[in-house]
Amino acid sequence: MIPRRRPVLSGKGKRLKNRAAYFGVLTALTLIFSYVETLIPVNLGIPGAKLGLANLVIVIVLYKTDFKEALLLSVTRVVLAGFIFGNLFSILYSLAGAVFSLMVMNVLKTKKTLSVIGVSIAGGASHNLGQLIIAAIVVETYQVGYYLPFLLIAGVITGALIGITSREVLKRVRDVRF
Amino acid sequence: MKRNDWFLAAGILAAAAILLCFQMFRKTGDQAVVSITVDGDLYGTYSLDEDRIVEINDTNRLEIRGGYARMEWADCPDQVCVNHQGISRDGESIICLPNQVVVSIENGESSGVDGIAR
Repeated sequence: MIPRRRPVLSGKGKRLKNRAAYFGVLTALTLIFSYVETLIPVNLGIPGAKLGLANLVIVIVLYKTDFKEALLLSVTRVVLAGFIFGNLFSILYSLAGAVFSLMVMNVLKTKKTLSVIGVSIAGGASHNLGQLIIAAIVVETYQVGYYLPFLLIAGVITGALIGITSREVLKRVRDVRF
Repeated sequence: MKRNDWFLAAGILAAAAILLCFQMFRKTGDQAVVSITVDGDLYGTYSLDEDRIVEINDTNRLEIRGGYARMEWADCPDQVCVNHQGISRDGESIICLPNQVVVSIENGESSGVDGIAR
């Protein structure tokens, strides 16, 4: 990977402009993925199990830029997509899952023992785990633990799919320079 | 794909399988009851053997029939609980997050520590 350019003072304005432009495009991209996902009805009898297409963008941004950008993008996406396609509850759960999984992915990525696919698998599983923990707190019951095994399996499968796609995209996409 | 990736995936799947086994081996007891909680507070308990329909706070309607409990109607937009299959085994539950309604099967006798909760 080409080291990111850190322009000196004179380039600061340009850098911010680039950053805003990239961020806008990427936000739009995640929202489109969120929308596409609502068109694909996946009802496996597991509440909350989704493909997580938008996480493809998040994983790629995490690898191409850094944790901060990915976190900002992820939170923006969850809040916007939540207002458009979901409700206040789904925002809360998604936010917990998204932030938790991003933190896990960031730690595993820095350790470099796993490839993108492994990082994404861990991200998928921890996304569902984070949601479940918040659900358990909100409903004040441990009964939601019943879904844990199903959600873990779903997380591994979707995480692997997202990871494989991310690897192929990362091979081909140019560097995003913020 | 690195070897560690496989280890990770296998590890998570194994953990899920173990949890699943725990749930499978917990059978319905003789005196299985349907317990309903709203917002963490107990709303009521009903026998699983008696066929009946339970109205929960005008937001949900639970049907108990043939040893299965299923959510017949809910006023929430996502309808996750309504699409959920019927529950019959000890520890199984239907959860309606928007209305904070939890319907779970409990064996009246074993009120000890729950295997899933650890």
